[in-house]
Amino acid sequence: MSVLDLAAIRQDFPILHQQINGHPLVYLDNAATSQKPNQVIDAVANYYRQDNANVHRGVHRLSQRATDAYEGARDKIRDFVNAQSDKEIIFVRGATEAVNLVAQSFVRPQLQAGDEILISHMEHHANIVPWQMLCEQTGAKLNVIPMTKVGELDLSTLDELLTSKTKIMAIGHVSNALGTINPIKDMIARAHAKNIPVLVDGAQAVPHMIVDVQDLDCDFYVFSGHKMFAPTGIGALYGKQTLLEAMSPWQGGGDMILSVSFAHTEYNELPYKFEAGTPNISGAIGLGAAIDYMNNLGIANLAAHEHALLIAATEKVTALPGVRIIGTAAQKASVLSFMIEGVHPHDVGTIFDQQGLAIRTGHHCAQPVMQFFGIPATARASFAFYNTFDEIDALVGGIKKVQELFA
Amino acid sequence: MSNSDLRDLYQEVIMDHNKKPRNFRDMTDANHLAHGNNPLCGDTLVVFLKLNGDVIEDVSFQGSGCAISVASASLMTEALKGKTLAEAETLYELVHKQMTGEKIDSSSLGKLAVLSGVKEFPARVKCATLSWHTLHAAMDSDHDISVSTE
Ligand SMILES: Cc1ncc(COP(=O)(O)O)c(C=O)c1O
Repeated sequence: MSVLDLAAIRQDFPILHQQINGHPLVYLDNAATSQKPNQVIDAVANYYRQDNANVHRGVHRLSQRATDAYEGARDKIRDFVNAQSDKEIIFVRGATEAVNLVAQSFVRPQLQAGDEILISHMEHHANIVPWQMLCEQTGAKLNVIPMTKVGELDLSTLDELLTSKTKIMAIGHVSNALGTINPIKDMIARAHAKNIPVLVDGAQAVPHMIVDVQDLDCDFYVFSGHKMFAPTGIGALYGKQTLLEAMSPWQGGGDMILSVSFAHTEYNELPYKFEAGTPNISGAIGLGAAIDYMNNLGIANLAAHEHALLIAATEKVTALPGVRIIGTAAQKASVLSFMIEGVHPHDVGTIFDQQGLAIRTGHHCAQPVMQFFGIPATARASFAFYNTFDEIDALVGGIKKVQELFA
Repeated sequence: MSNSDLRDLYQEVIMDHNKKPRNFRDMTDANHLAHGNNPLCGDTLVVFLKLNGDVIEDVSFQGSGCAISVASASLMTEALKGKTLAEAETLYELVHKQMTGEKIDSSSLGKLAVLSGVKEFPARVKCATLSWHTLHAAMDSDHDISVSTE
């Protein structure tokens, strides 16, 4: 049983307490975005009520408070992923922007026609398209680590795919479409044995597990705040300091400079070199508050409860006739993708919504995964720590209702 | 209340056309054709038309999608056979109005009126209109065979 006081936790999330189509909301679309606790909502509101000012520019009191809160959030992220220094934490809009930043500022200058970039078959479009664009710009080649029928990476050919021409391996920590947790530590070691740097897309990992970038030894780690109980429009790029130092800025503007004349511009030091313009200050503060919230509850406790939910849901849904689970890897987090025989996922989504059940239906921005399984879409339930076992029963009830209607 | 909306959407006629879509076949002698797809949900569809002058002599479709999009396409092909292009155009407009909630004389729609439940589900209107947009593209094509994406 869980050590979490779920009733108290749910009180922290005001949005959960509402009726949808006459039923209590059952929010199982956490992989798309998570809900926000009062502690995060209040941190953002209080910043605007009491401290709002621009950061890093101005000696007045409000500007100092805003700067302290913004930089305080960076320190929290540093500790959250166990980076060595706050210079290694760059604020970005989210995982998508971070991948694009690394593609353009780190990889592009080293890339020549014929070089290779290695990703996997289960990536989110955010970790495919920026690399494809880069290949188009440079004549480099995109290689793909294959996948098995249960939705695990097939690593039998990894050493062949990591070649002397591979300039980066970019890999998801947890698949948003399947829930698979990839063995990234081992994969990183194998890439590093050939001096190939590695970017990890952690968008679906940070809400569900303890992440230690030093232990993983990844070169870059990217994630979005909104999937971990923080506001939209804020996320972080972790990069090893030596790599970030050597990279050119990604965008130009205010804050990222030390001095500007028409003859010459001196770039600012890390991490500001990569943060041109007025940043998302309230978002960063909200992200810091979300980290505090998770730490107070204990990330290991949250992970244990979610794991119990996923196991229970998997057992109950597997037991239903006419339902097939897509993605049955041995190591999974949060995600249950499924197909109901003879029913298109979109019809499932609409019938669920009528019962207050919020799930995601579609290709989950992972069309290659859908192509692999030969399906256009799946229905996906994804859990967060505030979900309950009763909500799993509601999910099962929803599936039965669909089957009744389509009988 | 919500249950009755659901029944309005998934009426027996719609379920029947989803299970046994009519005119669900390739047409080798089609002289107009268009591809439609809804990138958001992955629905894809081809509409085949065989025009004899101004008259729709035959119409069929192929593809995959949700119950609403399959049933809508199937009902559409049934309704269109033997109609002139001008009549098809009028029907296209009526269907569109019905699904977006505009008041129309539903008797002029015949069987297609079963699609009216869709207007209570704004997220699903696109599913029901995909086949009609694709039909439109096929009708509009001035080549014998044209490919267009909705
Ligand atoms: C695995 C994964 N990577 C990247 C992203 C992109 O995140 P964002 O849209 O917040 O930039 C997502 C979001 O769905 C994701 O699930």
